[in-house]
Amino acid sequence: MLLRLLLAVQEAGELETGLQTIGRGIVYGGAAIGPGIGIGIVVGNAITAMARQPEAAGMVRTTMFLGIAFTEALALFGFVLAFIL
Amino acid sequence: MVLGLEFPPVSHLVNWPEIAFEDTPLAISKVTIVYVLAVLLTFGFFFIAGRRARLVPAGVQNVAEASLDFVRESVIMQTMGPSGVGYLPFLTTMFFFIFFVNIFEVIPVFQMPGNARIAVPLLLAALVWVIYNFVGIKNQGFGGFLKSSCIPPGVPWWVLPLVVPIEFVSTFLVRPFSLAIRLFANMLAGHFILVTFALLCVDLFTASVTVVLLPFTFGLLVALTGFEVLVAGLQAFIFSILTAVYIGGSMHPEH
Repeated sequence: MLLRLLLAVQEAGELETGLQTIGRGIVYGGAAIGPGIGIGIVVGNAITAMARQPEAAGMVRTTMFLGIAFTEALALFGFVLAFIL
Repeated sequence: MVLGLEFPPVSHLVNWPEIAFEDTPLAISKVTIVYVLAVLLTFGFFFIAGRRARLVPAGVQNVAEASLDFVRESVIMQTMGPSGVGYLPFLTTMFFFIFFVNIFEVIPVFQMPGNARIAVPLLLAALVWVIYNFVGIKNQGFGGFLKSSCIPPGVPWWVLPLVVPIEFVSTFLVRPFSLAIRLFANMLAGHFILVTFALLCVDLFTASVTVVLLPFTFGLLVALTGFEVLVAGLQAFIFSILTAVYIGGSMHPEH
C-alpha cells in the first residue's frame, strides 16, 4: 500500500521534493543530537567548576564559551548542510 | 484557513531587492547598507571617543575605554597573555564591527543581520587564516609551525600516521570554514526564528478563533528578540576570542 502511495505521489512529481525535505529534517536532526549532549556536558562541568571555585569564575566562563563554540560548530554544519542539500 | 502558516522560500528571507546600480557588481541592497552603516558606526564610535581624549574620561570615551579594557582582560589576557596586547586594536575593531553588523537584526526598518549572508564572515575568516599563518611562520619558522600545528604534544609515535592528516586538515582547512560558518549560521538561524514567530503572530492575528493564542506567540517573539541581542554580542565575542586563540597558538606553540 505504501508503494502504491509512493507511486501515486511520484506521478504528481512530488516524490523527489518530499524525500528531499525528509532528508533535510534527518540531516539537521541528526546533527543536533551530538552537540546537544556535548554542550550539556561542557556547561554542566563549567557550573560545577564555578561552584567549587567562585574566584575562578571569569576564567571558567571564557573557556566555557570556547568549548560551546567548538561543539556548536558541528550542529551549525548540519544546519547549513540542510539548506545546501 | 485556520493556522495555515505560509512560510516564504528561504531565499526570500535573505535576498533583498537592489536599490541602486542594479545588475552591476556595485549593486546596493539592504545588506550593503547595513555593512556601510556598521563600518561608519565602528569608525565614528572610536573617532568621537578619541578625538578629545581627556585624562578623566567622560561620555563616549568612558564606554570606549571600558570596551578596550574588556577586550584586553577577557579576550587577550585569557588566551594570548601579555605578549598579545599588540593585537588589541585589531581585535577590538573586529569585535565592534561584527557586533554592529549583527545588531541590525533587531533594529526596526533594517531587521536583517548582515552576517546572515556568508560573504563577509568568509572574508573575515580568510583574514584571520592569513594572519595566524603569517604569525606562526614568523615566530616558529615554516617547518616549526607545520610541526607544532600537525603533531600534538605527547602523542605516541604509532598513531602519528592517523593524527597528522587529521590535525593538518583541521588546522588549515576546517578552521577558517568553521569560524565563518559559526558566525553565519548563528545569525541566519536567529533571523529565521524571528521571521517564523513574526509570521505566526500575523497569521494568528488574522485568523478568527485562534487569536486567543496571540499573546503567547507575541510574548515569545519579544523574548526571542532579546535573546538575539544576546546572541549578537556573544557571536562577536566568540569570533574575536577564537581569533585570539588561533593567533596565540601560532605565537607560542604547546610544548
